[in-house]
Amino acid sequence: MELKLGHHTKDGIEVVDVEGEIDVYTAPRLRELLIDLVNKNNYNLVVNMERVEFLDSTGLGVLVGGLKRVRAYDGSLDLVCTQERILKIFRITGLTKVFGIHDTVDEAIAARKSEK
Amino acid sequence: MATVEVEFTPLPAHVRTARLVATAVARRSGVAEALLDEVRLAVGEACSRAVEAHRRHCPAEPVKIELTDLGERFEVVVTDSAPPDAETDQGGFAPVAAVSATNGGNRGPGGSHEAPFQPVPAETRDAAFPAAFGLAVITGLADDVQVSSTDSGLSVRMSWPAAPAGR
Repeated sequence: MELKLGHHTKDGIEVVDVEGEIDVYTAPRLRELLIDLVNKNNYNLVVNMERVEFLDSTGLGVLVGGLKRVRAYDGSLDLVCTQERILKIFRITGLTKVFGIHDTVDEAIAARKSEK
Repeated sequence: MATVEVEFTPLPAHVRTARLVATAVARRSGVAEALLDEVRLAVGEACSRAVEAHRRHCPAEPVKIELTDLGERFEVVVTDSAPPDAETDQGGFAPVAAVSATNGGNRGPGGSHEAPFQPVPAETRDAAFPAAFGLAVITGLADDVQVSSTDSGLSVRMSWPAAPAGR
């Protein structure tokens, strides 16, 4: 499977739903979506990766780029992921210390709200 | 010893194909199911790096992969034809350094230019230096990794244990 993207607003936070494979071929589409959301003044994002089957360093780069963009507006980018195969690459690269990684979208939103 | 060789035009879409082929051959070679995700990701990283280097410097040249069943090891070699100094404008990776490491650290002789791999700090990473990022991931994933400069480009050699008795 390649990449399916969607997004919706929940409790004032933009939730990005990602399904499929994020790699050197598909990552530019996710990058474009994140840039588009920020350009439309969405500075608090949750990326739901529960249905992501594959993630490589190009995808990580896109997520880091998105985080940099929202932080420029004092915003946030949290992740939802419980899959060990995906979490492993975050651990290898040390990015578990950079992103908030949660088990559910509701948990990610609650954690973000509690920090405000 | 059985080898599968693949050459592909340096297009991002073909990296997925390379991953699928590598995973299939790894499974056939007796690599444990639990390691197949690591093989898939590491081969994808190596091919992505090679594709980006080729697209910048030699888009007409194919990227080459060798998948070899060594009996008790499964070895993958991804070789590019980009000039050695091409890495400098991708940032983060020393142009002449060869990397030889295992998950436990440096591994001993692996090329004429050896240096421990120093991943770029996570706080400074972004999409501007995927080459170093990808190599850092490979080093974390593969059981045995050697990155070395060749006459024509860069070679990333990775291997994992295989279980010939299980075939």
